[in-house]
Amino acid sequence: MNIQEIRRQFPILDQEVNGQPLVYLDSAATSQKPLSVIRALDEYYKGYNSNVHRGVHTLGTRATDGYEGAREKVRKFINAASNEEVIFMRGTTTAINTVAQSYGADNVKEGDEIVITHMEHHSNIIPWQQLAKITGATLKYVPLQEDGTLSLDDVRETITDNTKIVSIMMVSNVLGTMNPIKEITQIAHEHGAVMMVDGAQAAPHMKVDVQDLDCDFFAFSGHKMAGPTGIGVLYGKKKHLNAMEPVEFGGEMIDFVGLQDSTWKELPWKFEGGTPIIAGAIGLGAAIDFLNEIGLDEIEKYEHHLAAYAMEKMSEIDGLTIYGPKDPGQRAGLVTFNLDDVHPHDLATVLDADGIAIRAGHHCAQPLMKWLDVSSTARASFYLYNTEEDIDRLVNGLVKTKEYFSDVF
Amino acid sequence: MSFNNLDQLYRQVIMDHYKNPRNKGEIEDSVTVDMNNPTCGDRIHLTLDVQDGIVKEAKFDGEGCSISMASASMMTQVIKGKPIDEALKYSQIFSDMMLGKEYDDSVDLGDIEALQGVAKFPARIKCATLSWKAMEKGIDQQSE
Repeated sequence: MNIQEIRRQFPILDQEVNGQPLVYLDSAATSQKPLSVIRALDEYYKGYNSNVHRGVHTLGTRATDGYEGAREKVRKFINAASNEEVIFMRGTTTAINTVAQSYGADNVKEGDEIVITHMEHHSNIIPWQQLAKITGATLKYVPLQEDGTLSLDDVRETITDNTKIVSIMMVSNVLGTMNPIKEITQIAHEHGAVMMVDGAQAAPHMKVDVQDLDCDFFAFSGHKMAGPTGIGVLYGKKKHLNAMEPVEFGGEMIDFVGLQDSTWKELPWKFEGGTPIIAGAIGLGAAIDFLNEIGLDEIEKYEHHLAAYAMEKMSEIDGLTIYGPKDPGQRAGLVTFNLDDVHPHDLATVLDADGIAIRAGHHCAQPLMKWLDVSSTARASFYLYNTEEDIDRLVNGLVKTKEYFSDVF
Repeated sequence: MSFNNLDQLYRQVIMDHYKNPRNKGEIEDSVTVDMNNPTCGDRIHLTLDVQDGIVKEAKFDGEGCSISMASASMMTQVIKGKPIDEALKYSQIFSDMMLGKEYDDSVDLGDIEALQGVAKFPARIKCATLSWKAMEKGIDQQSE
């Protein structure tokens, strides 16, 4: 991997912030976009913007080809069995909500259980809380190990024959933990439950094979994987999607419309009501091309290396606490931490003055913050365009932050 | 690294309020307001003892960054002993200050003035205004 060549593809990285060269360490929130993605959006709007699946005119056909071509790229990217199993949505949040509102409403009743974990992002907690409230089901949490991992024994203990849905993140956006999704899916299936995977922090960084995982649903967002905002994917096994009712009704998703009753289009379109996110899907397709060209295995290997380097350098800072698995081999490319008693917000402001962008706060994981017994944390997250030098700048910034606040704390 | 701007934000008096918060605690049987900033997790628990239209006592508890906690400390210091309309006037002045607007400096602003620099850090304005919003809400509740 030639990092300098990769960095040249990301024009946003080449700028100064507060008089310092930008170090962008917030890719877990949203990644930056390469020129090829920006160009794909530009070309679409300049050359063939048109609605899909309707007009018979040439531009309409080109837009439809672009949109459906992107679906095929996504299918290959996650190795889905068929394009019918790939539904374009606004993002991971919408995808999980769709499963909760459609599959959940039809298959979960009073006395049933929904199982998630203590490390989930709010978008994989609240849809299930709502479903549990509406149906009278119980929402259960798999506890975490001391180091922020899941034990399969705990998973086995939590999932029972009453469990109808298990929904777990593949990679934690706070702890960096990589969860054993394949094994958990097997346990869920043994009890007759379906497995939903929140893949928001996985799909951008590692090879995903939904058939190998054997999960029933898989959700991810385009903007965290070098694609545009506003586009994401819900993968679902055909047998489930066929049986599920759409949650949005209107144009594009219908077959016949009568005065009192209507029928739906076949998969995947029955879940894509309204004019779809055409440019977004095309941009996501371009992002997939970009990532494939480098290779997901390469990207994953490089990010592990960055995480290991960051953990080594950061551990040398006195008073710095790192959360999540200690073994860099067990975690994805992000490091969540606190520095002495410096509040993460103050920390992020000082680093920003040095041109370094990190995230501070609860990372949309309030139950996890409670488990960690902190009100908030700071997080540096890496992507394929980050370098060891970025991490050196971060470490240097942290040392200076410590000095800056030394007379206070 | 240029910390000149930062020094305008992290003035010594702010850090002093952060380290040694004034009026920390809780008043029993009083007007109580709990507020939080959902984007960062800062939270404040404010109690006010208002009698005959005067804020006799104000105490706060909570957790958050230096700016939010120092601002809460300064806020309680300023409104203590003041009639409620005057406390609200300070709130207005503070809000103007945060928005970078012209503000009424004919009154003695005391330590609050040190928070002026926050206006230059848009991402931090919400930290500074949390306790003031809580105070406005408390006075509102009390008047009902």
